[in-house]
Amino acid sequence: MKDKKERPGERRTWSLLPKALRPRIEVQTQEERPVVAIIGAGPAGMEAAIQIARQSCQVLLFEANADLALNLQNKYKLFPDMSDAQTLAQGMMLALEHPLITVYRQTPIKHVVQVENFHWQVFTEDNRVFKATAVLLCTGYEVFDARRKEELGYGIYNGVITSLELENMFKQEHISTLTGDSPKRVVFLQCVGSRDEKVGNRYCSKVCCVTAVKQAIELKRMHPETEVYVFYMDLRMWGKGFEEMYRVAQEQYNIRFVRGRISEAAGTFDGGVQIKAEDTLIGKPLKMRTDLLVLMLGMEASCGTKQLAKSCGIVGDYGFAGSLDPHLNDNHTHRKGLFLAGTCKRPMSLTDVIADARSAAMEIINYLSKQ
Amino acid sequence: MSKRYWNQYQKEIADDRYFYERSCIRQSFFPGSEAAFLKILREELGKDIHDDVNQHTCTGIGYHSDVVPFETTMTVVARLFSLMTQAGYENYVPSCVTSFGVFTEIVETWKEQPALLEKTRKLLKETTGREFNIPKNIVHPSDIIYKFRFELRDRMKYRLVNRYTGKPLKVVEHIGCHYAKIFPKHGVGNAEFPYVLAGMIEAWGGEVIDYPERRHCCGFGFRQYLVQQNRGYSLANTQKKFESMQPYEPDFILTNCPGCSMFMDKWQYVIAEMENKTYDKDGYGIPVLTYEELAGLLLGYDPWTLGLQLHQVQSERLMDKIGIPYNKNEKFKGVSGKLLPYPEKPEHLKV
Amino acid sequence: MKSFGFSIAKPRSLEIDGESLERLHRLEEKEPSFKRCFNCGGCTATCSAGQFTDFNIRRVHNLYRWGRYQELGEELRKCMLCGKCTLVCPRGVNLRHLIVSMRELLNEL
Repeated sequence: MKDKKERPGERRTWSLLPKALRPRIEVQTQEERPVVAIIGAGPAGMEAAIQIARQSCQVLLFEANADLALNLQNKYKLFPDMSDAQTLAQGMMLALEHPLITVYRQTPIKHVVQVENFHWQVFTEDNRVFKATAVLLCTGYEVFDARRKEELGYGIYNGVITSLELENMFKQEHISTLTGDSPKRVVFLQCVGSRDEKVGNRYCSKVCCVTAVKQAIELKRMHPETEVYVFYMDLRMWGKGFEEMYRVAQEQYNIRFVRGRISEAAGTFDGGVQIKAEDTLIGKPLKMRTDLLVLMLGMEASCGTKQLAKSCGIVGDYGFAGSLDPHLNDNHTHRKGLFLAGTCKRPMSLTDVIADARSAAMEIINYLSKQ
Repeated sequence: MSKRYWNQYQKEIADDRYFYERSCIRQSFFPGSEAAFLKILREELGKDIHDDVNQHTCTGIGYHSDVVPFETTMTVVARLFSLMTQAGYENYVPSCVTSFGVFTEIVETWKEQPALLEKTRKLLKETTGREFNIPKNIVHPSDIIYKFRFELRDRMKYRLVNRYTGKPLKVVEHIGCHYAKIFPKHGVGNAEFPYVLAGMIEAWGGEVIDYPERRHCCGFGFRQYLVQQNRGYSLANTQKKFESMQPYEPDFILTNCPGCSMFMDKWQYVIAEMENKTYDKDGYGIPVLTYEELAGLLLGYDPWTLGLQLHQVQSERLMDKIGIPYNKNEKFKGVSGKLLPYPEKPEHLKV
Repeated sequence: MKSFGFSIAKPRSLEIDGESLERLHRLEEKEPSFKRCFNCGGCTATCSAGQFTDFNIRRVHNLYRWGRYQELGEELRKCMLCGKCTLVCPRGVNLRHLIVSMRELLNEL
């Protein structure tokens, strides 16, 4: 199906409204098929779209940005197998080229409304309306804004960077300080924006621990001479292969793990960063100069997640969308026909996001078969 | 600093009609500062500021040393507020950062626990027969100078520029801990990167040094220095700051807190005499100025009237750099015109 | 030098600026399994010497990591080399040999 964005829609109703305010109702070509609207084309939205289309339902996949899966595309290698993030993203995008999937890029969704029992209307920012039998929110997360932890000096000291920026350096295959030198020492700090009441996030973001281990290993592979430290409060190596990766990081790459949270970062005379932490395992304050301080950013509900969860009345904890229950109905909401998948619910690893999207797809197929 | 947070954190600073409260220790250590502040407000800015003859301590030092209980401190503070109320003012301006911390803490406490406010009202009434209003606005005098920093700049005779090199003077600023660390929202620029002094330095032509231990406490504490044997602990904290700022070669240190000004100045003498070490190149130490002294100097006030000769680290070399004239013979002349006794010369610290 | 009745307190913090890790690398060469330690404290819990003195093998090797050799002092002599720590270690660190290796390297000082 062709992307309908450029084509003026047919105006059936709303004729009493001024022209600019009239939503355009898109005509579905295959009225007999149930239509599922998926909002957000990250890994969750794409995977669910693929699964639902394979069950002969029509999928409208809306993405606010021009590019799909932006968060995934920002990644270099994926834990725990160090597979290539781009390959995975491209594979998913290829699978999206299915006759029953229509992708609407640059189409932010304003709100979704249940018109009658089993029908939803999806309103785009530019006032178009799409009909659907079920709606799946896959509006995802965004990374914590490191500037909110002022004491860590992000945005002030050039040596303080985020895990995202480091990931980009890996993509460019070039790690350097601002002066262009390769760093002699790099310090990772866990839990930036997670497990922190001061910023309103009591939860654990789940993926930062293993991401730091992954990035530390990548760094050591590129720069074996660089000293690498990881400052942590707990190392939560919960997934398959995570604990083993941690062991490899220690044993093969000599990455040094220090239990303690960095409470302050400051610029040094020679352009580095001075950090203060406690080595809580021996009970002594610690001061260290490093070339780079990498802040492992936690996950927060994205703007889209916050906005749609609010307008649908399904706000869960911390602005994420809330599911019906965490065990048997984690893809359901209290709104009939409105489903959730992925990190719009809470922080999740990519592995879990894909599994969750498949589970949502199955729940939606079940739901549609009952209509 | 490439990007700044401070302008997200602004506070309300009243425009005029201030009730001033003096510090317990500043008039001994920096005797010209408070007089200079009043003069600047009245003569340069044309503000109404009331300097009450009946004012007294806020108990801050006693309170923080666990000598004075909180209920007593609240009642004493209530009496100060009653003086303000009686004089017909609503904007309270305590000269001291410790007092500022005490007042903000008490007012916040009363907001959270109205019963304590009622108890304080009752205690004050029973003991003194007085009543009080809570100030509408409590600001530190450095907030006011910050607020009017550009107006003052336009009246200033000198800039913070080294006249030999034409470059901005490098200034270390040190903010008293209780200015914003207790209630970040009550500080201009918040607690991590307060802008109250940095704003003055930048407006008046200088360059702020951002050194690693910038946010570290000066070590004043309260209990820590009251007992002589403990002072090495206070001193070590200040020394840590000096060591951290030394590579930047600061021209002077600017402070807004009585304890910080005193210790950062006097400890330079103690370290020099104990370890024969100073933190400038030439062995004179780094001058420590209060923001009132700095504003006064740049406005062209007489440095000896400002009381600069009573500092441990002397300021002549700094004044030479800026191009401020001074009369050497007047340095130790008292207000009466009589010469004061000459201070003893330190063994190591050059004066 | 003048006496003021007090002296300048020395910092107790670990200052890791430009510290040489050479002696740590040598220890890791002598006993590579040391790198795997994840500080569970199993060794210290079961330590015979630790039951009756303040000997803490986990803390001792952490101090060694940061190069605080002077603080190790006589600590390592307290170990009786019974080997129970090695037996319990979930990461397979040869603690008995680690202690002997630390003693050797510290003896050079």
